[in-house]
Amino acid sequence: MSVTAVSSPHAYLRAQARWHPIEIAFWLATLTPYYLFPDYLVLASQIAITALFALSLDLILGYAGIVSLGHAAFFGLGAYTAGLAAKHGWGEPISGLVLGAIVAGIVGYAASFIISRFRHLALIMITLGMGLLLEQAANSASWLTGGADGLQGVKMWPIFNTFRFDLYGYTAYTYSLIVLFLVFLVARRIINSPFGLSLRGIRENAIRMPALGAPSRAHIRAIYTIAAVMAGVAGALLAQTTETVSLEALGFQRSADVLVILILGGTGRLYGGLIGAIIFMVARDQFSGNTPQFWYFWIGALLVAVVMFLPNGILGGLARLTASWRRRA
Amino acid sequence: MSAALSTRGLDKSFGSLTVARDIALELPQGARYALIGPNGAGKTTLINLITGMLRPDAGEIRLADEPITTLGPSDRVRRGLVRTFQINTLFPNLNALEAVTLAVCEREGVAARWWQRVTAHSSAIDEAHAILSTLMLGQDCYRPTRELPYGRQRLLEIALALATKPKVLLLDEPAAGVPRDESKELFEVVSNLSRDISVLFIEHDMNFVFRFASRIIVMVGGSILVEGTPDEIAADARVREVYLGKSGHGARHG
Repeated sequence: MSVTAVSSPHAYLRAQARWHPIEIAFWLATLTPYYLFPDYLVLASQIAITALFALSLDLILGYAGIVSLGHAAFFGLGAYTAGLAAKHGWGEPISGLVLGAIVAGIVGYAASFIISRFRHLALIMITLGMGLLLEQAANSASWLTGGADGLQGVKMWPIFNTFRFDLYGYTAYTYSLIVLFLVFLVARRIINSPFGLSLRGIRENAIRMPALGAPSRAHIRAIYTIAAVMAGVAGALLAQTTETVSLEALGFQRSADVLVILILGGTGRLYGGLIGAIIFMVARDQFSGNTPQFWYFWIGALLVAVVMFLPNGILGGLARLTASWRRRA
Repeated sequence: MSAALSTRGLDKSFGSLTVARDIALELPQGARYALIGPNGAGKTTLINLITGMLRPDAGEIRLADEPITTLGPSDRVRRGLVRTFQINTLFPNLNALEAVTLAVCEREGVAARWWQRVTAHSSAIDEAHAILSTLMLGQDCYRPTRELPYGRQRLLEIALALATKPKVLLLDEPAAGVPRDESKELFEVVSNLSRDISVLFIEHDMNFVFRFASRIIVMVGGSILVEGTPDEIAADARVREVYLGKSGHGARHG
């Protein structure tokens, strides 16, 4: 064990939060699509958006242990808010993003009072129910949302009045990547904060926390709201970069997909959602030339295999592999 | 001086099963009281009532002079009433340093600060490490809790409670399951507890009880049977009958 050699608790905790060279390599690698796959920048921007969405789920599921099958509700709220703003004459992207985040955050905060009272199966049912409710509401309110036809006529202004959204996705990817990175920095700070420690405490032992005087429910309300804000940002990004919003933005399928993505990549590891999003989206792009059902056949198989053999996801498996190499060395 | 902790007329039933009947006890400042009784006597239930994990059907609980009967568990902890658990109730994937730092940050009210680094709270880290060192966990504090030997995990139970700066500490079978060769450290830790902390402990290990308790409360069937000094309890015929057994082997401690 290399950690036992650490001299002081301060040095140990600082080392836990330090940027690992692999992290820096990962973020440098996000720049490669510009040079290696310039034809896939549209896909790359969708991956970045999905990664951001998965990151927001990781904060509640991976860190606080809050299971959700309705997380797309906040994604959709962000998407419709930004889309509607642009459709009705305010196409400025950054403020649209902030607006989407605020609306998702307000609804997330309201929902958090219910969420923080439940755990496990009850939570899955409640989040599922709330997601379905919102999906139906959006479907019925077709005068506002366009219903099943989707929201049409979203016109975005250039970012900073300079960078026009182009057909090749150059601006879209740059914009999505920068937003993803900024939100990632916030998420990274959260998990290395005293609050992050308390979230892990709630995940690890919900009974002990009140016995330490911890206001667990207030912590859960806070992280649920933060995660809703981040999901709203991701949704707003999708609306702005694709200039349309469909019901699918807040549908059950999206909630289920993001859960699959996070579990494939590995929960509670910050990068799990990012890696999961890359694998899931690239695989879908490659395989979905066939029927969509065929594609889900393979995702199903992959999911079963990962949960059986890599209970901590792909990143968890990699971590175990490198640990055993190090022991051997 | 008023008692550190007192209860009056505590009742609790689950359906037709009465688990606490008219419990009155008084724990003076700095006291070391033991709560003993056969399995199912309602000892852990009483701890759950006192700490707020269960609500009593009737009766009152006071911490120092303040009634706390209607407060939730975490509010009682913040007022200084803290427990440990009979079955380890720890954070398996956190190490001892992280777990105790968490507890200190919660006590200090800085645990909601998601925008600050943990390392910015260096006094909390120092305090956590100092507590762990006093409890002989300094060497092991970077290992995940799940990897610690059982006896060390029992010590971490107490370390977490101490991080909340308790005034009244309820130890629920601190020595339960600790092998003989690991129990020396646990005994040392309990005997070194500050006299500012009033302690009520449940324990089946009679060595432990007779070494630390100034008074012993015996519970049977949800009620207090008798309370007295260790000598009185060891000599009490009723106690021998219901708890120590008619053979009277408990008398050797007296």
